[in-house]
Amino acid sequence: MRPQNSDMGLIVKTMARATIPLIGIFGAYVIVHGHITPGGGFQGGATIAGAGVLFLVAFGLSEAKEKINKNFYSVLEGIGGLVFLTAGMLGLGVVFFYNVLWHKGPVFNGEAGTLLSAGYLPIMNLAVGLKVYTGLVSALFAIALFRRWKK
Amino acid sequence: MRKALGLFAFLAFVLFLFAATISLRPFGEPPHAEMDSYFIEHAQEEASANNVVTSVVFDYRGFDTLGEATVLFTAVSGVLMALRHYGGKEK
Repeated sequence: MRPQNSDMGLIVKTMARATIPLIGIFGAYVIVHGHITPGGGFQGGATIAGAGVLFLVAFGLSEAKEKINKNFYSVLEGIGGLVFLTAGMLGLGVVFFYNVLWHKGPVFNGEAGTLLSAGYLPIMNLAVGLKVYTGLVSALFAIALFRRWKK
Repeated sequence: MRKALGLFAFLAFVLFLFAATISLRPFGEPPHAEMDSYFIEHAQEEASANNVVTSVVFDYRGFDTLGEATVLFTAVSGVLMALRHYGGKEK
């Protein structure tokens, strides 16, 4: 009984409902504009993971268990790492981590400072952001699920 | 005796700190700035990113970032592995 109804009060829930989308949008902005403005994959992913942790804290474990599938998140983390590695191996004809998309690629070769520029940097930012977000959320979710000491 | 020894060690350490502080370079003049200047001047044309930190992290030092991602992956899988035995007893 105790661990199941571990959610917060009405004020915290309302504030979480209002702020979780804003935190998510800001984190997505930081990730997508990682090659133009300060920030990047790690910072934006950690920001969105903060939104996930706020959801877990405000709504309790039983509510979060229905919304968040930990195994799915863990799979997504592996996919993010693989996408990062693949983007690094795109220019393997020259050297590992050669920015081939920017030097002679079909996409992401715009002028510096625009959104569609910088070669594989946006792809890597997205991959690392996905990896950090899903990794942190699944780790924290595992820690929250583990809290099952004997009464 | 021990107090005197401790006092002596403390004074020696403070003297060492003062000597190190005096011999510091003035603020804003790092000793080796060639690499910083190279990154600041060439990052935009070589990696096409206005954010020089991102171009250093993902382009010039991409291999280091790969290791960092591996560390994060290992940490998360370690946490998931160590905290795994829920569900076995409750069901």
